[in-house]
Amino acid sequence: MNAFEYTFLIPFIPLLGFLLIIFNFKRFPKKLTAALATSLIGISFVLSVYTAWQYFIIMGPLHGVYPKIIGNHFEWLKLGEHLSVHMGTLIDQASVMMLIVVSTVSLMVHIYSIGYMHDDRGFNRFFAFLQLFSFSMLSLVIATNVFQIYIFWELVGVSSFLLIGFYYEKPSAVAASKKAFIVTRFADLFFLLGILLISFHTDTFDFISLTNPENFERFNLHGTTFLGLSIPALALILIFVGGAGKSAMFPLHIWLPDAMEGPSPVSALIHAATMVVAGVYLVARMFANYAIMAPEALALVGYVGAFTSLFAAVIATTQIDFKRVLAFSTISQIGYMMAALGVSGYGEEAGLGYMASMFHLFTHAMFKALLFLGAGAVIHAVHTNSIREMGGLRKYMKTTHITFLIATLAIAGFPGLSGFFSKDEIITAAHQSYPLVFYTLLVVAGLTAFYMFRLYFLVFWNTETHYHHKPHDPGKAMLIPLIILAVLSIVSGYIPFGEFVSSDGKPLHTHLHFDIAIISTLVSFVGIAIAWFLYKKSSDLTSHLIARWGTFYRWAYNKFYIDEVYLFITHNIIFAYISRPIAWFDRHVVDGTMNVIGWITVTTSEKIKGMQSGQLQQYAFAFVSAILVISAFLIYYLINN
Amino acid sequence: MWQDISLQDVLIVSTLMFFSGVYGFLTRRNLITMLMSVELMLNAVNINFVAFNYFLHPENMQGMFFALFVVVIAAAEASVAIAIIIGIYRRFKSINIEDVSKMKF
Repeated sequence: MNAFEYTFLIPFIPLLGFLLIIFNFKRFPKKLTAALATSLIGISFVLSVYTAWQYFIIMGPLHGVYPKIIGNHFEWLKLGEHLSVHMGTLIDQASVMMLIVVSTVSLMVHIYSIGYMHDDRGFNRFFAFLQLFSFSMLSLVIATNVFQIYIFWELVGVSSFLLIGFYYEKPSAVAASKKAFIVTRFADLFFLLGILLISFHTDTFDFISLTNPENFERFNLHGTTFLGLSIPALALILIFVGGAGKSAMFPLHIWLPDAMEGPSPVSALIHAATMVVAGVYLVARMFANYAIMAPEALALVGYVGAFTSLFAAVIATTQIDFKRVLAFSTISQIGYMMAALGVSGYGEEAGLGYMASMFHLFTHAMFKALLFLGAGAVIHAVHTNSIREMGGLRKYMKTTHITFLIATLAIAGFPGLSGFFSKDEIITAAHQSYPLVFYTLLVVAGLTAFYMFRLYFLVFWNTETHYHHKPHDPGKAMLIPLIILAVLSIVSGYIPFGEFVSSDGKPLHTHLHFDIAIISTLVSFVGIAIAWFLYKKSSDLTSHLIARWGTFYRWAYNKFYIDEVYLFITHNIIFAYISRPIAWFDRHVVDGTMNVIGWITVTTSEKIKGMQSGQLQQYAFAFVSAILVISAFLIYYLINN
Repeated sequence: MWQDISLQDVLIVSTLMFFSGVYGFLTRRNLITMLMSVELMLNAVNINFVAFNYFLHPENMQGMFFALFVVVIAAAEASVAIAIIIGIYRRFKSINIEDVSKMKF
């Protein structure tokens, strides 16, 4: 018995909602669906908050360390004497924190969607999928073992696929959902290989025994694999590839910008706050293994994260699609989190990066969800995605403007807002040991401030476009989540996060690092100032700059042609030299063999079908004759022996 | 008198009966007659059962009982066969076997 046995209800309540809605989606009126889905996710939210209250406040650290508790579990699959796969709920610092993030954002998005999807024919379908996603994501974060995570990992992938392709009549949405599914699925193959490799050598799937440093000596991890990597390094890099696919790390980031074809609430929930940080969460889950068993794998995580962060930030400065700017911003911020994990060590003060990464995950979920919901409100009002056709909206959409400004300030690292605190921790962590990552992240901080304020000024200031309908603030259902998230974007930075989430379970006392904070604040002010200068009013300066930097601008605008590289590789190399020969072999050799067998059967039966005359007595005659002949032979044989 | 009859005599009779049945089944065109031929064959076998029982194992009764079973089953078979023949007659307005040759390639 323990106090967390009810935790399995947290994911299962949305599952119930999904089943109820999907089997009645033609029957349920919109109001019933909305009320049902929202109240069910509301229950999950309350339970999550209650769990956090119980875990962090009532129970607190045991002998100075937060324990890892199995809420409840059962054996799902037995794979031999020692190895079995369980299903259950694991309650520890990271999972409780993620429960809060997922259920909060999910609840906000549910409320927001009531307003946003109001006139949509697929209203019920949309809510059913939202519930399915909430179920999968909540199950993912409280998974007790790698295999359970993998199962729900795929389920969130499916939900994401369904929701990106929500407007299935639009070819671009269908293509985007397919792209997202294939890219993440491709990465998941490596994830599975990594799971198999590490569990083969450690004889366990369970996170508790897998990530306990005291067990590491007992694991049989000797020997090297190809490229001279040790077994844990290879396994953990493979797992990281899976996480990189889900979290859109370079070069597997190509699906996320396209995923913006989905409705805006979906972008806020799945492609900004929860699912895309699953990769970060996965690395954080197995952080002890990364940090102690394979520091080289962890360094790779850090460098990939930092590079992706810079890469996506550069692209974001040039995009003109509202949601794509935010998508690249998301990629960049997830790169930040990955980089923070990469520069971290295990335990005590060295684990600052881990804590910073989780902290940034938490704050980022709040303000990025707010940015996307705000984007949805704007797009809802002006019926276009292109920021060139917006401008001057601050006069028409007052509440949206204020909330969006708060989120923009938060992501830009403006002092006093949540993003400032988490970014400060990340940059401090990088400063200690990785100068290259440190400077990259500093540059990215400036770029982030620049492109976010470019977006903000272009949409809410600049010259006013002529609008067919006068844009206005959305209804209450959409405004309330915006306001709540805006409040959360401010206050979540003041949570003493290190006290709750840390790499080794011991509370970590953190404080603001003023030297670093001043530098990063200055950098972001520079970014804001440049954006102010260039975009607050429309000026010729931008076009001059674009002309000056023509080639570079074009490359960044076209996302450095990564998509084209992929197309080239798949079409001109894989399809031409692998798939076509295989198809030829299949069509001519495999099918040919089958056709010859069929041809033989057909011709033989053509020749002998005349024997089936329909005359009963002919058959009887043949039968009797055959019996006589066989009897004759038998008699002959018996006489002669 | 009848005690002089040997097993061989009985077997000759039953063989003659059996092959008259086969002959009738192969040459008669009337379905009823064909059915009668089948009965003839069955009864030839019956005679064999009884004869072998009587002459070879007089202390046992299995052959006799087998014969009884065959009689009963033959009755059942005849009823089914006649039902089929009636069905055929309704369909083809004929019970000539040469008219019933629909089931072919």
